[in-house]
Amino acid sequence: MSDTPILSIRDVHAKVADEDTEILHGVDLELGKGEIHAIMGPNGSGKSTLAKILAGHPGYEVTAGSITYKGEDILEAEPDERSKAGIFLAFQYPVEIPGVSIANFLRTALQSREEEGGELDLFDFQDELLARMELLGMDASFAERPVNDGFSGGEKKRNEILQMAMLRPELALMDETDSGLDIDALQVVADGVNKLHQENPDMTVLIITHYQRLLNYLKPHFVHVMVKGKLVRSGGPEVAEELEARGYEEFKTVEA
Amino acid sequence: MPQNDTIQDLGLDEYQYHFITEDEPVFRSGRGLNEKVVREISAQKDEPEWMLEFRLKALEIYNAKPMPTWGGDLSNLENVLDEIYFYVRPQEKMERSWDDVPPNIKETFERLGIPEAEQKVLAGVGAQYESEMVYHSLKKEWDEKGVIFDSIEDGLKNHPELFREHFGTVIPSADNKFSAMNSAVWSGGSFVYIPKGVELDTPLQAYFRVNQEQMGQFERTLIIADEGSKAHYIEGCTAPVYSTESFHSGVIEIVVKPGAHFRYTTIQNWSNNMYNLVTQRALVHENATMEWLDGNLGSKLTMKYPSCYLMGEGAHGSILSIAYSGDGQHQDTGGKVIHAAPNTTSQIVSKSISKGTGRSTYRGLCQVHEGAINSKSNVECDALLINDTSRTDTYPYIEIEEKKSNIGHEATVSKVGDEQLFYLMSRGMDEAEAMALIVRGFIEPIAKLLPLEYAVELNRLIELEMEGSVG
Ligand SMILES: Nc1ncnc2c1ncn2[C@@H]1O[C@H](COP(=O)(O)OP(=O)(O)OP(=O)(O)O)[C@@H](O)[C@H]1O
Ligand SMILES: [Mg+2]
Repeated sequence: MSDTPILSIRDVHAKVADEDTEILHGVDLELGKGEIHAIMGPNGSGKSTLAKILAGHPGYEVTAGSITYKGEDILEAEPDERSKAGIFLAFQYPVEIPGVSIANFLRTALQSREEEGGELDLFDFQDELLARMELLGMDASFAERPVNDGFSGGEKKRNEILQMAMLRPELALMDETDSGLDIDALQVVADGVNKLHQENPDMTVLIITHYQRLLNYLKPHFVHVMVKGKLVRSGGPEVAEELEARGYEEFKTVEA
Repeated sequence: MPQNDTIQDLGLDEYQYHFITEDEPVFRSGRGLNEKVVREISAQKDEPEWMLEFRLKALEIYNAKPMPTWGGDLSNLENVLDEIYFYVRPQEKMERSWDDVPPNIKETFERLGIPEAEQKVLAGVGAQYESEMVYHSLKKEWDEKGVIFDSIEDGLKNHPELFREHFGTVIPSADNKFSAMNSAVWSGGSFVYIPKGVELDTPLQAYFRVNQEQMGQFERTLIIADEGSKAHYIEGCTAPVYSTESFHSGVIEIVVKPGAHFRYTTIQNWSNNMYNLVTQRALVHENATMEWLDGNLGSKLTMKYPSCYLMGEGAHGSILSIAYSGDGQHQDTGGKVIHAAPNTTSQIVSKSISKGTGRSTYRGLCQVHEGAINSKSNVECDALLINDTSRTDTYPYIEIEEKKSNIGHEATVSKVGDEQLFYLMSRGMDEAEAMALIVRGFIEPIAKLLPLEYAVELNRLIELEMEGSVG
């Protein structure tokens, strides 16, 4: 059924919930099951806003248009419902949760996915966690550190992908996961994501990035360019290369 | 099902524990506090003359002292005090039936997964069952080591000299209005003595002892940790203590002799009508360590400031507390450290959580006397607000007479952030689960010091509380 898109965004307009200024001015995008897409675009163009809206951030309001996930309208769904339905957002700026260890955090997140009355098997969980950390080149002791508290930029990003590996999403949104990672870490994380994609070829990935480098490892099928709250160009991987060479100048004159 | 239980089902003798209605004043002192009541208490307990005098003197002091005007709102307390019975014989506390326990309390017990027999004890309608066995085997170990762990009444009877030497020396009756009240009408509580050099691995739990005498409204505890000893005492439990009484005023006195190490842990969760005014203090001698670990939940108003008087060189005191105030509740808590000798060190860490219209106040005193050179104290108080209607205040009093000392104070107030909630919810937790996880993380530095079963119960309790905070 790869012809029915897993996600379809139609003419979405959005603004900050308690302000009037519109940030997204009509975004259209379709993601087919198992595809890898990338969105690139200048700072402040609305990439993170789009990602947060997809994850259900209460701070933004969709004023027009529609978002359907697996054929269903999800605009009214709470973030936890969307998460349970398989949507995952790797944050551009991961949030600190002092006093809560990564292990505890992930255990709670996975437990909340269990059916009513179901108990997460703690031994399986532990094995899985260790295996995933190894896959992402993380030391086992990391599991006991409080979530993002005092983490370096790179550690935060790696932790996002660890969560993605544990929660096994069907739609993974990666918002600038590459920024903050050193060259070696970037490769490890990209390899990890590729591995997840091999495990589940149906997993759809939307990568938000400023750099071609990540896309060398995580090869997108489609690349889109966002400028001033709109997708102004879509194409194959060659689009990213053009941007690398020429920048966004030619798009800035496009009508918003 | 508990609802259908009768007194017979509980295996209690119906005649002995018959129901008494409000109008039958058998076994009860009259309402209010007066000399007659005090004499009656002392006579009932068959006390030595000096104790009766001690009580009567305390009553005079109580009458002479005005109600405190600082701290929480005590304006309605006089009315409450006129209405209460200052002495109720222990067996009378069994008079309530399970049917009288409000459904919400029962539901909380259920959801906390507390066994039925224990639920009844907590609700004050049953006697202690299972812990008997555990208690007896531990008791044997304690007896062999010369450890005394008795009710305060038995302490006075069986160890008169040791008792009299220390009783009322840490907290004199005249210390404050409520210590005077407690000194006049105390009943119930523990007497503990740890002999020189004795170290106990298993904590002394007051819980094991409550069948001997139900926890009193005016409990009085005296603990002496002799030189070089080491022990941990635990009082209370996280389940809500249901009581029709609306007033609790305890006095806890602890003497930590040179080189000894003592930890006192309290977790209390009073019903929402309760005024909880407790004085707890330790005298800490040379190179000794005292640790208060204090968790306050529930009650209408709690005023409680565990304190350490660091009397000998090298003494260390630490006061770690967690306070939770829900709707309509006020936790006015904190700690006091008095540095009265050189090279003494202290630490206060206070974590409060306010939800709904709850209010948490940190009130602390750090005093360094002249000559207490090289003393070090560090105070940290962190408040977490759940809702916009929640409130917190901080009153740190610092009095330093010695220049060569080092005092640090740090206070933070944080609100559960929208970004934090979104982050957790985007991982699949619902709002209440997310909130509970944030709160648990907030108190983690203190909760991790609790014995496991208490920490687990505390976590479950927080989850229950957070369910009510959403929407
Ligand atoms: N909560 C908010 N309140 C006010 N303005 C906001 C808010 N969120 C986003 N904006 C504004 O919306 C615009 C788009 O922001 P967004 O974070 O989506 O950009 P971005 O494309 O992700 O940029 P970057 O590449 O720098 O991460 C910016 O001008 C930003 O300042
Ligand atoms: Mg962004």
